[in-house]
Amino acid sequence: MKAAVIVFPGSNCDRDVAVALEQSMGHAPDMVWHRDTHLGAYDLIVVPGGFSYGDYLRSGAIAAHSPVMREVAGRAKDGTPVLGICNGFQILIETGLLPGALMRNASLKFICRDVLLRVETSTSPFTGAYDKGDVLRIPIAHHDGNYFADDATLDRLESEDRVALRYCDQQGKLTPEANPNGSARSIAGILNEGRNVLGLMPHPERLADALLGGNDGRAMFDGLVEACAA
Amino acid sequence: MSGQATQTATPAEITPELVASHGLSEDEYARVLEILGREPNLTELGIFSVMWSEHCSYKSSKKWLKTLPTEAPWVICGPGENAGIIDIGEGLAAVFKMESHNHPSFIEPYQGAATGVGGILRDVFTMGARPVANLNALRFGAPDHPKTRHLVAGVVAGIGGYGNCMGIPTVGGECQFDPSYNGNILVNAMTVGLADRDRIFYSAATGVGNPVVYVGSKTGRDGIHGATMASAEFDEETDAKRPTVQVGDPFTEKLLLEACLELMAGDAIIAIQDMGAAGLTCSTFEMADKGGTGIEMDLDQVPIREPGMSAYEIMLSESQERMVMVLKPGREDEARAVFEKWELDFSVVGHLTDSGRMVLKQGGAVVADLPIAPLAEASPEYDRPWQPTPKPEPLAAADIDSPITDNEALLRLLASPELCAKSWIWEQYDHMVMGDTVERPGGDAGVVRIHGSNRGLAVTSDCSPRYCYADPRIGGAQAVAEAWRNLTAAGARPLAITDCMNFGNPERPEIMGQFVGCIEGMGAACRALDFPVVSGNVSFYNETNGEGILPTPAIGGVGVIDDLSRRMTPSFKAAGEAILLVGDTTGHLGATAWLREIANRRDGAPPAMDLETERGNGDFTRGLIEEGLVTACHDVASGGIAVALAEMAISGGLGATISMPENGGIPAHGWLFAEDQGRYLLTAPDPDPVMASAQKAGIAVTHMGETAGDLLTVGDSIAISVAELERAHQSWLPEFMAAPDENLDET
Repeated sequence: MKAAVIVFPGSNCDRDVAVALEQSMGHAPDMVWHRDTHLGAYDLIVVPGGFSYGDYLRSGAIAAHSPVMREVAGRAKDGTPVLGICNGFQILIETGLLPGALMRNASLKFICRDVLLRVETSTSPFTGAYDKGDVLRIPIAHHDGNYFADDATLDRLESEDRVALRYCDQQGKLTPEANPNGSARSIAGILNEGRNVLGLMPHPERLADALLGGNDGRAMFDGLVEACAA
Repeated sequence: MSGQATQTATPAEITPELVASHGLSEDEYARVLEILGREPNLTELGIFSVMWSEHCSYKSSKKWLKTLPTEAPWVICGPGENAGIIDIGEGLAAVFKMESHNHPSFIEPYQGAATGVGGILRDVFTMGARPVANLNALRFGAPDHPKTRHLVAGVVAGIGGYGNCMGIPTVGGECQFDPSYNGNILVNAMTVGLADRDRIFYSAATGVGNPVVYVGSKTGRDGIHGATMASAEFDEETDAKRPTVQVGDPFTEKLLLEACLELMAGDAIIAIQDMGAAGLTCSTFEMADKGGTGIEMDLDQVPIREPGMSAYEIMLSESQERMVMVLKPGREDEARAVFEKWELDFSVVGHLTDSGRMVLKQGGAVVADLPIAPLAEASPEYDRPWQPTPKPEPLAAADIDSPITDNEALLRLLASPELCAKSWIWEQYDHMVMGDTVERPGGDAGVVRIHGSNRGLAVTSDCSPRYCYADPRIGGAQAVAEAWRNLTAAGARPLAITDCMNFGNPERPEIMGQFVGCIEGMGAACRALDFPVVSGNVSFYNETNGEGILPTPAIGGVGVIDDLSRRMTPSFKAAGEAILLVGDTTGHLGATAWLREIANRRDGAPPAMDLETERGNGDFTRGLIEEGLVTACHDVASGGIAVALAEMAISGGLGATISMPENGGIPAHGWLFAEDQGRYLLTAPDPDPVMASAQKAGIAVTHMGETAGDLLTVGDSIAISVAELERAHQSWLPEFMAAPDENLDET
């Protein structure tokens, strides 16, 4: 399996996700600089977290116009799995690969802590190793993770089984207290129509190693390796 | 070789008022005239002013700082460079320093705190280290002071805004409140980095003819005279100083970090220094001074943000995210390519000379011509008069009754501003980025894995200003000992410290006495614990209208954990384990958290420091952890045994049953809340081997009780559910910050 991690000026979770990928793949992914206009053949493309261009405009808005993102969009349309984590999710939305918007957290503050996530579908290369209804503990670390879309879009995401993850409590219930950033319908991650693009605010790569306090995130990377081998 | 510098660019007349407004005393100005043999022009006066400011020259503190122990076999580089460096084995070095950004943070909390983080990060990566952990030690005024909430919100957002964007985890720190900080908050930021031991970069500029290169952000008109501002007291005019606070650009700093480390992987750099306080002036003078060279610079080559900047402005600007490098000859293109890849300015601004002078040109004319060594080295050094702090009387528990029950006292202490949970703060900091955070904030020490290994760095910051105020010598020693103890409790070998000395006006003998006392105490503790000082910073003039802060020598400690599977945490792990206390309890209550929060008094001597016992108890405890005999460890600090037990119960979600020992007639509140030093609480599945080993080593260890259930009970004094303890501990800070505040402004 060959994976690429796209690196923008200001990306800062590129190494973290590379470590998690290497753990699951058995070898390191390629780190691809954002100015590259030609992307080799890859089984998986990851747009990592961080502060691309400092997030000085809307989060992800500048990176979405980087040369490499035209290539990424093309691959996504051809069915290559594309995973956008945190700032990567923001970039995929700004690129138009995923619908909706990520607004400032309802608390208006940056939040870094573990949250609980309910797996809403296991029908995707990203969530195939989980069971629907599983409750995962995975950290968030963002200022702009408050997912918003109009009701028609939200209804469509739900009816097409494209909500991948939701914020929940210990029992898997969706409550306002368990929703850390005010996201519409507690949405933490969504899929595109082709189910090969996932954007999510939580960082599965940060709890993919028991030494760091948990490894609920690991199955996402193991599952991708399995899906790509299939 | 010296000539009268042309003054066409800045034809200001040098009047006594102008000299005074640059913070130079009459004596100091006389020395300027002596060194130059002529009157300086305005640019030169500005350069003298910043170079000789307290902030850059350490003129009041030098004499005393020299008395601190700075050497150990593992110290690679002690104070005097951008940061201290220690050998942590396996070819690696830890590079670290703590620095204050107090004055700017009071004036503009978001940018002041943000640029404090930016500055300390540069100090570390300029030496070739990748920053791996940030900490911060914060002190604010009384919670009911009208500015406090606004300052907390702004400082925390600023620290997060910068560190989060850089992608460096903030894994530890401390936050306290006291009315003495009402007009002078303290924002002390610490960074720890990792470098290959044989690839460390220093700042000595050598090799006549070698190019001097400017990289990073452009120079603007921000922060001119920040160093001078940080060397004066505050008064009613302080708000007018807002424009002297710099504005941070963490994105550019992230690029600068990556570009510097990329270039440092090769061998093109001879010397490198960040531009911090006093900007281009301080960095170039220090580099040339250390290398014994001269520099000729063409200020027209300095990238500037707006046209028409004078030499004075360019040299004194404190614009952030800038570096100066000296390259090997002919390597300019290679270096330029790296910085252009990262879209940063790169400009050859001058070259090294053998003149020993700093010659600055602008528009083809010489605008400053100054000898380097006299400015950098013959800066004033004062032996300021000092007055020892009078020793307070000890205060035993028997001498003061508790006004409330011990049950209530424990809940109130847990919910006090000093001891409450600080997660409201550290959840705004990304403390997990880089994927190596093994112990998150909130315990005794933050722990980050050394990337790609099974070893870890433990880091902590500590100080008890109320002890330092009551008895500076004891307070100074205690701050060092507590840092050492926190690292020990995490299972680390404590290796070295950085200090950030925050004090009032050193021209007052009683303040200078506090400084001298703290330094003496720190020195004694450093020697007793083999815990040398490798870097530091002094911030004086933390005074407003003649009222000084509590003396606050913040200590940042670094230690190594050789096997992360043997690290230790404070949380109770399993029911039915023995709870053991290492160390003696005398029931002393002077200057304690209990005295302040419960009895509303601040008198009395702080707990005595017996450094030999401290060392013995700590080495013993570390040994137990290494042998795998204990399952939890927590140092007993503010709030005494009761608060330490509560913290262990809360973090483990498990209660305990403790029997109050017959203790020589110490009243219960004394036994529970005394802050006797050198103590640790442990849990052990089997207490016998621990007790046997304690007996053999002659260490005082008491078996106090067992972990059990969901209640914390201590004799007849305390019975509280863990859930209620946690509620008390968690509630204060979020509720305080959520209260409406009309002063709050969004930044």
